[in-house]
Amino acid sequence: MKFETIIIGGGLTGLLCGIRLAKEGVRCAIVSTGQSALHFSSGSFDLLNRLPDGTMVDNPIEAVNELIRQNPEHPYSRIGVERFATLAAEATSLLIEAGIDVEGDALHNHFRLTPVGYLKPTWLTISGYVRSEHADKLPWQRIALFNITGFLDFHPQFLSDAIRRFGGACSQHTIDLSALQTLRENPSEMRSTNIARVFDRVEVLEELARIIKESAGDADVVMMPAVLGIDRNDGAKRLTSMVGRPVRMVATLPPSVPGIQTQIALRRYFQQLGGIYMLGDTAVNYNIENDMIKAVYTVNHGGDPLFADNFVLATGSYFSRGIETTAEGKLTESLFGVDTLYLSERKSWYNRDLFETQPFERFGLAADSEQRALRGGHSIRNLYVAGAGLAGFNAVKEGCGAGVSMLTALFAASRILQKI
Amino acid sequence: MTETSNFNFEQCIKCTVCTVYCPVVSVNPIFTGPKQAGPDGERLRLKHRRFYDETLKYCLNCKRCEVACPSNVRIGDIIQSARITQDRDHVGLRERVLANTDLIGTLASPLAPAVNIAVGLKPVKYAMDKVIGIDHRRIFPKYAFGTFESWMKRQSKQQATYARQVSFFHGCYVNYNNPQLGKDLVKVMNRLGYGVQMLEKEKCCGVPMISNGLFEQAKRQGELNMVSIRKSIVEDRRVVLTTSSTCAFTLRDEYPHLLHIDNSEVRDHIELATRYIYRLLESGAQLRFRQNAPKLRVAYHTACHMEKLGWSYYSIELLKMIPSVDLVVLDSQCCGIGGTYGFKKENYATSQAIGADLFRKIEESGCDVVATDCETCKWQIEMSTSKSVLHPLTILAQVLE
Repeated sequence: MKFETIIIGGGLTGLLCGIRLAKEGVRCAIVSTGQSALHFSSGSFDLLNRLPDGTMVDNPIEAVNELIRQNPEHPYSRIGVERFATLAAEATSLLIEAGIDVEGDALHNHFRLTPVGYLKPTWLTISGYVRSEHADKLPWQRIALFNITGFLDFHPQFLSDAIRRFGGACSQHTIDLSALQTLRENPSEMRSTNIARVFDRVEVLEELARIIKESAGDADVVMMPAVLGIDRNDGAKRLTSMVGRPVRMVATLPPSVPGIQTQIALRRYFQQLGGIYMLGDTAVNYNIENDMIKAVYTVNHGGDPLFADNFVLATGSYFSRGIETTAEGKLTESLFGVDTLYLSERKSWYNRDLFETQPFERFGLAADSEQRALRGGHSIRNLYVAGAGLAGFNAVKEGCGAGVSMLTALFAASRILQKI
Repeated sequence: MTETSNFNFEQCIKCTVCTVYCPVVSVNPIFTGPKQAGPDGERLRLKHRRFYDETLKYCLNCKRCEVACPSNVRIGDIIQSARITQDRDHVGLRERVLANTDLIGTLASPLAPAVNIAVGLKPVKYAMDKVIGIDHRRIFPKYAFGTFESWMKRQSKQQATYARQVSFFHGCYVNYNNPQLGKDLVKVMNRLGYGVQMLEKEKCCGVPMISNGLFEQAKRQGELNMVSIRKSIVEDRRVVLTTSSTCAFTLRDEYPHLLHIDNSEVRDHIELATRYIYRLLESGAQLRFRQNAPKLRVAYHTACHMEKLGWSYYSIELLKMIPSVDLVVLDSQCCGIGGTYGFKKENYATSQAIGADLFRKIEESGCDVVATDCETCKWQIEMSTSKSVLHPLTILAQVLE
């Protein structure tokens, strides 16, 4: 099989990179070992929330200069201040083109409501989810909070407490629909996605609207767990018009409905553009000549090489096994064996205080100034690395995980396009 | 990654991704879902057999959980393996009828016209429903009058004249229900300069036996098949092709994983025909297409075991090569039949609910025909939509000069 670019890893990074390339007519294939970390998405995308020294960021575009000064190893350093704004805008348009209706601005972070009731800064939020312009209050005073009876992956009491903390009033309600009765027979599978499938049916959403109308009283807003449809992503919007007041969703525990919708929309757009998406397959071997990767081999395609001119390694971090650790204290990348950056003393990987900055978070793949992988310090000339597997950043502390994924994906794509 | 336990059981990090992609769990709450029935339940079953849950039989063995798993846990294998080693359910007449495709085919084929009429009659359908539990709404696949094997025997001399040769594991469906598909394969291979031979001995691949609890029989037949397959590949230097994605998957993966039949020496040479043909074309072989072939809008459906094999690419690319074909690729999702699963009375509603979305998309696609590499998907889609279903090779064979 011959392609122009092969991307290994089919999550946010791989898909965005593939979409960017396919839009320019590059024949791409994505090889992905199973589904991605998008299945744990909050429904928001962070670009930059905090500098390494702890300063909160309001304007990521303005702050990136200082970020690079404080941490020259950060993946944003390679991208540079000027390209940062351009790529952030490009990422936003690609998400919207793919059908993911995001709102937000790289010049000004807004706040999302977490499932345990904190307002956290973020860059883009999918429409229909709770967002606020302030870190300490919500845009509504009287809030009616609804949960589905028997749905255990959503915890209204946390949210109710938070709403009061933010100075609002909260009424709590539970909903018991006959359409959910079948699901309820199996408590362990009363999951967000299974409930969301039921709400894809318009008559069920209408019944829900009727119940909300009856019991929401004088609330300014209705809040619900993010289960209002999975094939359709306009559940909150339709419900808003049915009940005559805003309906907003809050992310649940996994599996994440907004994340799955994002995954599906990106994959569909990539395929529409002619991309080939190989799910459930793992790249296990490769050929290299003169510092160029010639082909990769996968489990499903056995001895058949997958040839390409360029390759992108977007296999993620620890969760997706893009990087792995050994008991002896090594950090490895298992496909190409490319260079990784980490502390050699295993004891220094962790901070005993769980909530403190953890050194292992910054470990990952080394890359040259063109974001190409290195082996023994030498660049592999057609192997680009992108996404969560890159070294040099702390997605949790800095609030930059989605931004690093998307911007490094687009940076890799731009390097490839430049060569063609 | 090296496996340190059976089916990577301890690699499960409880992420719940598999539960999103299980076609059964969202429509049938009796099934506990891949995570609970698979690695979570396994942890308990390792302690004691009493934790074995009868509802594992509601798993339709589509393996979509495995395709979705980011940690390479072989969830479907864990479930099926637990059934094989621990299930004590009585294997009834229905299971034997559904599992013994070879025997039933042998009996039905010579009487095909009468059998086809009989199984379509209301009283017969109700009798099968009431007496043995095969749902009366299910439409039975038609039997062909005369088997593929008997046709092939008459071709063997002519086929032997080709310099290059392949073997064909035709499977029960080609043999008893659709010999034309086998003939189509022979036609395409001949055009590419290959003769087609049958295996010395061929039995059903065993997948309906695995599904219906006849594990010993599945293993015996599997071992018998492996003798012929090994002879073809090792002694006669002929690869073994199949047209059925499920036969291919079973011979390659279910044999070693579930039946403990070692096929390591020959596994890479057991091939799906569309893949083999795609590679021949990719390396320069040519097929000539009829200029006047009528335009055909085809919707390709990826069968579950095709998804697991990861080989839909080959069938799709082959169809794309045909100038008269306008191809729509449907999202890969389960049609609900699961081989013999959907024939059972207690699974009928689940089966149709799983497939409902696919059926709707097929109707909306504006296609003339549906293409798929799986025979049981064909039965399900033909019964549940207004479209007829063809194998990609049949579509290909029809447009060759």
